[in-house]
Formats: sequence, structure tokens, C-alpha cells
Amino acid sequence: MAVQPPEARLWWNEPVARGELVWVAVAFLWGVVMFVMMIWWHLEGRQNLSTEVYRIDPEVFRSRVEAFVEQHKVGEEGTTGIPIARVPPGGDAYMLGRLWEWWPVLELEKGKTYRLHLSSLDWQHGFSLQPVNMNIQVHPGIEHVLTITPTEAGVFSVVCNEFCGVGHHQMTGRIRVVEPGKGG
Amino acid sequence: MATAAAGLGGLEALAARFRTCPVTGLKVDAAAETLIKVNAVAAVVFLAIGGLLGLLVALTRWQGVHLLGPDAFYLVLTAHGINVLLLWIIFFEVAVLYFASAVILNSRLAAPQMAWVAFVLMVSGALTVNWAVLQGDSSVMFTSYVPMQASPLFYLGLILFAVGALIACFVFFGTLVVAKEEKTYEGSIPLVTFGALTAAIIAVFTIASGAIILIPTLLWSLGYIRHIDSVLYKLVWWGMGHSSQQINVSAHVAVWYLIGALVLGAKPISEKVSRLAFFFYILFLQIASAHHMLVEPGLSAEWKVFNTSYAMYLAVLGSMIHGMTVPGAIEAAQRKRGFTNGIFEWLRKAPWDNPAFAGMFLSLVLFGFLGGISGVVLGAEQLNIMMHNTLYVPGHFHATVVAGTTLAFMAVTYLVLPLIFRREVMFPTLAKWQPYLFGIGAGGISLFMMGAGTLGVSRRHWDITFSDAALGFDYPGAAFLMLGLNGLFAILATVGGALYVVITVASVLFGERVGPEGPKTPISAAPAAVTAEAVGKYGSAGTLHLPGTYVLITVFFVAFVLYYFVNWKYLSELWPMG
Repeated sequence: MAVQPPEARLWWNEPVARGELVWVAVAFLWGVVMFVMMIWWHLEGRQNLSTEVYRIDPEVFRSRVEAFVEQHKVGEEGTTGIPIARVPPGGDAYMLGRLWEWWPVLELEKGKTYRLHLSSLDWQHGFSLQPVNMNIQVHPGIEHVLTITPTEAGVFSVVCNEFCGVGHHQMTGRIRVVEPGKGG
Repeated sequence: MATAAAGLGGLEALAARFRTCPVTGLKVDAAAETLIKVNAVAAVVFLAIGGLLGLLVALTRWQGVHLLGPDAFYLVLTAHGINVLLLWIIFFEVAVLYFASAVILNSRLAAPQMAWVAFVLMVSGALTVNWAVLQGDSSVMFTSYVPMQASPLFYLGLILFAVGALIACFVFFGTLVVAKEEKTYEGSIPLVTFGALTAAIIAVFTIASGAIILIPTLLWSLGYIRHIDSVLYKLVWWGMGHSSQQINVSAHVAVWYLIGALVLGAKPISEKVSRLAFFFYILFLQIASAHHMLVEPGLSAEWKVFNTSYAMYLAVLGSMIHGMTVPGAIEAAQRKRGFTNGIFEWLRKAPWDNPAFAGMFLSLVLFGFLGGISGVVLGAEQLNIMMHNTLYVPGHFHATVVAGTTLAFMAVTYLVLPLIFRREVMFPTLAKWQPYLFGIGAGGISLFMMGAGTLGVSRRHWDITFSDAALGFDYPGAAFLMLGLNGLFAILATVGGALYVVITVASVLFGERVGPEGPKTPISAAPAAVTAEAVGKYGSAGTLHLPGTYVLITVFFVAFVLYYFVNWKYLSELWPMG
């Protein structure tokens, strides 16, 4: 029994049954397949996390985002007073997370590729783009530059999915994706 | 014995009092027995508290009920994680360690005084951290990610608890040394003890990681350190947080083998393979910190791919091996006991009305199918983009820790009650139903949280209607349905959990004492004579024809492969990014 010492003193010399060996081999090979899959996706897949990352003082990041908004503001989101920044196709887009909002609202064109700069001004936040369901962790003091290409037009929400205190569930943001040339 | 009698060890040996267990014939050290009891009782107390808090969480996330306000919700969620994931499981694991060393090896427990010091430290730590959370200024979740700060007492409580647990590990190691010195057993340690040793070795690594990060964090919360890097914190914290789940895996796999052995007389089909599988855990599980950092900035893709795969899935290989050898050992034992018709007679006629066996087998199936497969998918670097911090994550770990570990520990309790507490299990009919209620409840919780996570629902989130948010958003209607079902299954699991607590507490306090002839409800599903026969020969008596097990693992493997690739298909439909 498993609660008694192995009966054979030299248990490591006992032969292993064939069925068991086959399963070990299958499980090992499946592990190799799964390992290679991740590497292959880096080469051929189109959804990989960028590793372009900079250390940045939160105050510096804030002033950059404010300058970006000043330059590209095209209006405000409804009655909220939150600015909408229309990003030139192929350009740099900035979004900051802070207690408790994602700021500003971005307007992107479908099918164009953008460099999205993300960082937090205070605690950790979670950038969760819905309903696409892409989720990226955001840290204070680290600027993460992602290259993204929206593939559909519409209104997308950014939900914070890293717990950030009692207003966590109010922390949302928005990305508007418009058809090419139909910015608003 | 003459040499061992020299010094303190010898005095303790003289002081140790033994009784002989009427069922297993094992010598049981009185000090070990008492320590197993107090740790198990503490575990059940924290399970009862943490479990009820879990129900409050589920009833709040059920948007139609939405029980708690936001402050209370985040406080309760923090307390729920600490009480069940940490306190219940580790107190129970300490009991398992003492059992797997002193009792199984026929030995006295090394340094029982130190084991008491460990217990007192763990209880003080547990009370301190709960006190800190109840004050309302430490609702930082179980993970307490910096720069969010809890009160110093929060970190202090965790440190006290961890130091206690570390001492308990060393009492376990000491007992192994004592047993070897005093020759209380022949040859190598039994497989169950080997599994417990695996758990204890991983525990030392885990607690060291915890100390390395929590001590500076405590000093930071006191104002002595100015800054803690948020990425570094996560890396080291998860060296504790994820590795401690590997303690659970090792411990509950050891418990699976233990229950199979005591109820059916099952033997490992190959000692070599099963031990190798445990050894893979020791070598590779620790690097699972990466599972929590796959969408984190500042870490290279190479680092993520190597670490998240536990170095090419060798630790997953360990679990897949146990996934075959545990049911294989049971099938072999059952066939030896005469259930040889067809492929599945051994399974159909298994002792399903024995709560120890039923709980163990449900734990095995739910852990493998729900927890194991989802864990590997969640831990694939790019697939994590679709799942990180969604409800898929708690869905996964409720399958591993609740349906897997907790259910296995509940199951073994039905053996611990008559063997260690020497009380008959009260309410035997309710006990028969208990593992099914809890197992199905926990399975449902896991499944529906994973479903909601697949739809994008955030974890640790008070209000998915975003009624107070400046910019609103609507999750799909199906997400609300998932959270409602999650609430219903949480109620079912709570009923199962409450039954467990009531049965355990009532049996300990009021249960009929087990006489010298052994418990009235037999532990073993087979007549004693047959049991003795079943353990007669190495390798489950040569019945290595295991068609049922092969069918089960084939079904498992096909499900695994299909689900894995379906998720890559979903990933390919996301916005391209790089």
C-alpha cells in the first residue's frame, strides 16, 4: 500500500508497465507541443504582448498625456467632460490609468495600426478592453508601448480589472473605432 | 535504541507514549495525535469562517441579489481569500505532515514542544491578519499588490503565520530523521510520506519567498523603506502565492494515494513513476510565479515562455502521471478484489457511499478536468491575454483548490475521525451526501466563473452594471446568467461545506468513542482478509491490465487537446497586437 514502504527494497529497479510508459511518453510529447506552440505564435501569430517598455516618472507620463490630449482633442465624451483624442492613423496614442478612470477617450480608425502608450499614475490597474477581451496589466512608473490594430468599428470599453480600492468598479474608459476617413 | 537514547532525543523517546491503531496496526504517538487534532480543528474553524465569507462574495456578484455594499464586499473578499486559501489549507496541511511522518512511519514526533510553538505562532498570525482586515483599512485583497498599502498588522500577521508554518515543516523533517535513526520502518519511506515530503520541501521555498517580500513590505508600511518595485513585488510574492498552491497539489495527491490505500488497499502501480512525478513538482513548480506575470510589462517573452511552461511542462507531466497512476492503482486494487467484468465494473462498484472514497474520486476528476486543463490554458503565454484578471482566474483556482484540495481534505477527514480522533462519524447518511453536494457545488462555481471570465467579466469587481461609472458599459446578458448560476452553485457548495463542518464538529464533540476493536463503520471497503491479500504483492498484485483507466485518460487527453486549440482559435480573432 501507499502507506507502507515499497515492498521491493530496490524499487527503482522494478520494471514499469507498458501502459504507464506509453502515457508518460504521450504526456511528455504533448508538453513539447504546447511549449513549441507559444514560440511558434511569436513567429507566426498576430497577438503577442509587446516588450517595448520604459521606466518613467508618473508626473512625466501625465504631462505627456496632457500634451497629447491638447494636440489631438476633437471633442468631449457626452456630458462627462472627458476629452476625446483623435489619433492620426499610425500615430502614437496615450492612455493613463489613475484612481478611478482611464483617460482620455481615444478615437482610432479601423484597420490602422497605432502605438498605444499605457501607464498608471498611482497604483496598479488592469487595462481590460471589452468586449474584445484583451487584458494587460498596467504599473505605475512603467510605460508600456503596444502596437494595436482595431479590426472592427464601434464603441469599446476599457474596464479596470486589477483591484484598485473602493472605486475600482467605477474605473472605466472608452476607445471609439471609426471607419477609415469617417472620424467625428 | 541504545545510542539514540543519549541526549534530549532519547528523553523524548522515553516520554512518548504510543497506542496501536486497531485498524491499521500503526503505532500512534500521543503527542503527534494531539497536534494533528488541534491543527485539524483550527483548519475547520477557518474553513467555516472563510467559506461563509465566500458565500457572501458569490451572493454579491450575483447581480440580482447584490448583497453587500462596495466597502463590505472588498473587505469580505480579502478575508475570504486569507481564511480559506491560506489558513484552512495550511493548518490542515500541518496536520497531514504530522500524520504522514509520525503516524505512517510508526515514529514519535520530533520536538513536540516546537510543534506547539508553531501552532501558537500560526494561530496568533491568523488572528492578527483577520483583525487587521476587519479594521477596514487593509482591504487589499489576498495579493496585497504594492503600491496599495495595508496596515502593518496585516503583513505582521502573515509573517507570524508563515514562521509558524516553517517551524511545522522542520518538525516534519525532524520526524523523518528520528524515524530513520530509530529504524521505525524498513527500506524507503512510503509513497504518501514521500508526497508529504514533496509538499514540505516546496513549503520551505514558498515561505522563504514570502519572507523575502513580506518583511520589506512590512517595513515599507511602517515607513522605514521608501519604495517597493511593483513588478519585483509580484515576482517574489507569487513565488509564495503560486508555489503554496503546489504545496496543496502535492499534499492532496498524497491524500488521494492515502485514501486509495486505506479504503481499497490500492498500491501505486509503479513506485518509481509515482515518485518521479512528485520529484518533478520539487524541481519545476516553483517557477510558476510567471503564470501571474504573462501580461506584465518589463519581462522578456523568453522568460515568460520558459517559466510559464514550468520548463517545458515537466511539472504538468508530473500531474498527468498522477492523473493516470491514481485511478490506475484503484482499478488494479478493485480488479484484485474481484470486480473484473468489462471495462468499468471496478468503477461502477466502487464504494461510492463511502464519503472518503467518493470525495477523493470527485476531487481527482474535478481537479484534472476543470482545474488542470484550465490552468494549462491560462498559463499559455499568449492565451493569457484573453483571461488575465478575468473571472476565469478564480474559476480555475476554485477548481484546483476547492474542488481539488479542499474536497480531498474533507474526504480524508472521514478517515481521520475514526483513526485519530477515535470517534464514529455522526450522521452517516448526511456524510454520504456531503462530498457530492460540495463537489458539484464547487465544480459549478468553477465552471460558471470560467464562463463569465471567457465573456470578459473582471474578477474582484463589485458592480458589473457600472451604475456609478462615468462611462458605462454592458457585459453580455450571458455574463449575468453565469454569475447567477455561480451564486446558486455557491449555495450548494455552502450546504455541502456546512454539512462537513457540522458532521466533523459533532463527531469530535459527541461522536461515539471507537473501541479497541476498531470503528463500527469499516474504513476499508473490503473484508480485512481480502485487503491483506490485495497488498500482498508489489504492483497491485500483477493486475496491470487497466482498460478502464486507459479509457478515462484518453477522454481526458482528447478534452485537453480540443480545449487547448479552441482557445488559440479564439485568440487569433482578437485585434492584432505586438
